[in-house]
Amino acid sequence: MSVRVEVLYFAALRDAAGIASEHVQIDAATLSALYADAQKRHALPFAQKQLRVAVDGAFAGWDDALRAGSTVAFIPPVSGG
Amino acid sequence: MAHFRLSDAPIDAIALQAGLRDPRAGACASFEGWVRDHNDGQSVNGLRYEAYAELAEREGAAILAEALQRFEIIDAACVHRVGDLSIGDLAVWVGASAAHRGPAFEACRWIIDEVKARVPIWKHERYAGGQAGWLHPDQ
Repeated sequence: MSVRVEVLYFAALRDAAGIASEHVQIDAATLSALYADAQKRHALPFAQKQLRVAVDGAFAGWDDALRAGSTVAFIPPVSGG
Repeated sequence: MAHFRLSDAPIDAIALQAGLRDPRAGACASFEGWVRDHNDGQSVNGLRYEAYAELAEREGAAILAEALQRFEIIDAACVHRVGDLSIGDLAVWVGASAAHRGPAFEACRWIIDEVKARVPIWKHERYAGGQAGWLHPDQ
């Protein structure tokens, strides 16, 4: 089933994608499948295992179902402090 | 009570410390992270921090709540800068108050370690050679 979600890109992921966010209409069951699609479209320089994923401002699991209308963020390794 | 926030303006450490005062507190330990002029053998001219604000504030609050559970402390706070910073600037402040110094020191150390490991904030460094780049340490 095709769903529409917003995707946020940060730091090196944003540089690679060339955009901070986009709306995606996709037939993907999981967050993992959404990343696989984004990685292919934007030649993203991170393997999924290097990243964390968040939905609507809270950390989520890669196997979680993709929910229509949600905001998904791919989180590269952090470097605050 | 315990609060975490991002700030795009200079951090007022004195005010933050004052906010941790409590009649039961006999100790306050704080940690300041400063912007230094080198990293991994490269000369750094300046840097920028970027955050996913919604998630950073949620994760930061969770860390402080966890610290209050784990350590015998009375209160704790953390503020992290976002935006452009210069060498010597205060990038992050952590403080914890407690009846005694032991838990205050321990909680302070634990909080900064967790913030560095978990909170979605990224550092973009500008080097003397003209290059610049994001730090994405392997975890």
